[in-house]
Amino acid sequence: MSQSTPDTNIDVASVVEDVNLRRIGHYTLIIFFLGFFLLPLVTGIMTALKTNEAIARTVPFMPPLGGGFTLANLEYAFSQLSHAFINSLLMAIPATIINVLLASMAAFGLTMVKWRGQLVILILFLIGIFVPYQAVLVPLARFWNNTFPLADMLSPLFAGIPLLQSYHADLVPLIITHVAYGIPICMILFRSYYQSLPNSLVEAAKIDGASITKIYRRIILPISKPMFGVVFIYQFTQIYNEFLFSFTLVSSASSPEAPVTLIIPAIGTSTSGIDFGIRMSAAFLAALPTIILYVAFAEQFAKGLETESG
Amino acid sequence: MATHDTTEATDSTTGPSKEVVTWKTKLRYFLNSDFVRSSPYWGIPFVLMGIAVYGGIGYNLAISFTDYAGIGRPEFSNLSLEMYRTALADGSFRQAAFQNFVLLVGFTSVSLALGLFLAVLLDYGIRYKETIQTIYLLPMALSFVVTAQVWLWMYSPGNGVLNVFVTALGFGSIDWLGNPRIALAAVIFALVWQFSGYAMVVFLAGLQSLPSDQFEAAKVDGASTAKTYIRIIIPQLKQASVGAAVVLMLFALKAFDFLYAITGDYRPPNGTDILATLMVREAFQYGQWAYGAAIATMLLLLSLSVIAPYLVYQYRQGAL
Repeated sequence: MSQSTPDTNIDVASVVEDVNLRRIGHYTLIIFFLGFFLLPLVTGIMTALKTNEAIARTVPFMPPLGGGFTLANLEYAFSQLSHAFINSLLMAIPATIINVLLASMAAFGLTMVKWRGQLVILILFLIGIFVPYQAVLVPLARFWNNTFPLADMLSPLFAGIPLLQSYHADLVPLIITHVAYGIPICMILFRSYYQSLPNSLVEAAKIDGASITKIYRRIILPISKPMFGVVFIYQFTQIYNEFLFSFTLVSSASSPEAPVTLIIPAIGTSTSGIDFGIRMSAAFLAALPTIILYVAFAEQFAKGLETESG
Repeated sequence: MATHDTTEATDSTTGPSKEVVTWKTKLRYFLNSDFVRSSPYWGIPFVLMGIAVYGGIGYNLAISFTDYAGIGRPEFSNLSLEMYRTALADGSFRQAAFQNFVLLVGFTSVSLALGLFLAVLLDYGIRYKETIQTIYLLPMALSFVVTAQVWLWMYSPGNGVLNVFVTALGFGSIDWLGNPRIALAAVIFALVWQFSGYAMVVFLAGLQSLPSDQFEAAKVDGASTAKTYIRIIIPQLKQASVGAAVVLMLFALKAFDFLYAITGDYRPPNGTDILATLMVREAFQYGQWAYGAAIATMLLLLSLSVIAPYLVYQYRQGAL
């Protein structure tokens, strides 16, 4: 359309007007998409704060007015989820720490040190990112339930640890599983960072006679602090939000060791259908830790995603 | 063997003592080499990952050749491709595969297009860019499970937001997820909502890495902004598009969480069954382990057929 308009017809005044109109159009689009991305979230939060009567009567995304406001749904959802929050954190925090450390080591060994055949190992790591978890689910369930029932072995031990319950032992296989399958993506995140470092850094240290361990501990670890932040936030969000492994390895949503994500799809359901006040409260509470983390570290989060695509 | 003998023969002419030295120095060199010194660093994670990923895939493949079902242990004495034949002949498998394909292509292309549009929108000198980007990307911080709940409510046939709009426009209320003909489109739309921000971030990074003088030059030549983007800027985002497309496809392959969380049951809404949900249902609900493993293997092949060309492309670009 614009191609058919000869450029010579444009005079200065129309250009100015055009630019202003375009700016208005531009900002209108931006605001439209702000609404597009925020509306479902606002709707969820507003619904979480309403009485059942107000949910049925009012427009879903309008704030609760007058007698329509209640915290009862949030309180109920929290009482149902509180132990699950502890489970989720007990699972996600250790898994993320181990994951990030191992991934950094792997990326160091495959990037800063050069040797033949590296590419084969690297490709095996890369493919590991792209394997759908369904392809290992049956073996995984068999391994942790029949071949090597680690949770059963550990549960008497966990009963003796203060503040922990014996059922927390069931989280150990989940932690190991998350670590094992999380290594490839975290490794690639670290690798892309290490590749951007100047080669002379390691070469100079080598000439000075520093060992590989020393190079890692004295040079690479301190220098990759910001990347540790990026990968930690990325991977914590992944593990905290994960559903399929918990679904496979935890016997049911009502088990005491169930993490938050496992409980959400079952909460607030009755014979008369879904109680959306409770469901939205639970969803909001479940999302709160990652939303806080995300808003506080938006830049790191975006950086993690950028590098993910290679 | 023969070559080994000849090297020994040539070595022996120079004297036995020297041969021991070279062998020892060689060993010392080897032990001091970067390969050996760095091996604990990549080796430990590699072994753990290798057992979990490749061991798991191998075991899964082995189970898929058996007729393992119910309780007990898999019987490996009589292997066959029977489960694959059953799957390919089964109508519900074919339907799931087809719907999987629609989800994969539909979700990826719409997310890419919207992501590119948003990136261009934000790239073009606006205020509060960081804040807006953060909001566009906010759904990415949610889990599939939470997104599913939010959209279950948005699509609710009674008082959901979409039906509030639809009825305000004078139409009858629509059962978005209950109607098998539109349920898959509704699922794709919700997933696009969650992940188009991801495509945007990748494209935005790509746009910002381009030198700005191209843009200036096009402006001097009198090209409009839209033309500049379509003719000059967007073709240069090939690398970013390929990377984003691959990651988006993998999100689509992992849509199981979302579909399960919508119904809270093994069976997703009618018309949205995909290979991942079918596999989990067959294996973990009905105990058809071998059949589930066979479906999982085919899902893996689908995934590898996406990733293999990508890895070759990356390798050719020298990006590995």
